[in-house]
Amino acid sequence: MTERQVDPMTTRFDGPAPEVGISNDMIKRGLIVAPLLIAVCAVIWGADGAWSSAYGIAIVLANFALAAGLIAGAARISIGLMMAATLFGYLIRLGLIFLAVFLVKDASWISLPALGSTIIVTHLGLLFWEMKFVALSLAHPGLKPDRA
Amino acid sequence: MEAFSALVAAADEAGVDPADAKNTAAAASAGYAYGLAAIGPGIGIGYLVGKSVEAMARQPEAAGMVRTTMFLGIAFTEALALIGFVVFILLKFA
Repeated sequence: MTERQVDPMTTRFDGPAPEVGISNDMIKRGLIVAPLLIAVCAVIWGADGAWSSAYGIAIVLANFALAAGLIAGAARISIGLMMAATLFGYLIRLGLIFLAVFLVKDASWISLPALGSTIIVTHLGLLFWEMKFVALSLAHPGLKPDRA
Repeated sequence: MEAFSALVAAADEAGVDPADAKNTAAAASAGYAYGLAAIGPGIGIGYLVGKSVEAMARQPEAAGMVRTTMFLGIAFTEALALIGFVVFILLKFA
């Protein structure tokens, strides 16, 4: 087994970015299940629930895309920078989500319970769905399932 | 509920409007919910990414697999912060 120590500050990865692939996969799956989630929220909270649910799904998918883009972009420069970008990216993304909700909190079409529950359900649901794919790919590469 | 009842009684005694006291308590709770919920994931993501960078520096050929699991780990850890955020918006704005 070969093991060599390299400097994280000068090491970079120019190859394909797996985060972007995962993020694109989750966005595709999110768009597939979006009508179902919107319909469920419309039944429970009415038209306001449907709009809020759509807004919540957009926030979650944009959050995934931004996270993947930040990591992939920083990894092309150095993995030390990737670490910084991930940590500060976390703070920036939390701030952006807060801003996105703050800007519409008093809008006539917003239903905060629908928005909140959609954010949690979509985020966790897509992650568990993707985790199943990733776990199968890593454990049994020969039986790798199709991407979304 | 007992805490809110005690708060209302205390507000009555102090001559403060109970509704104002309740709103103040809800606003403070919302701040704590968001702030405390963000600390844990912050520590978790820092630890996760630090260890992943260490693994990638040690074995660059396994970087793809490490980055894949790292990204999923970050997203799962971040879910905790999102739950805290949703509690915040429900307490503060709903």
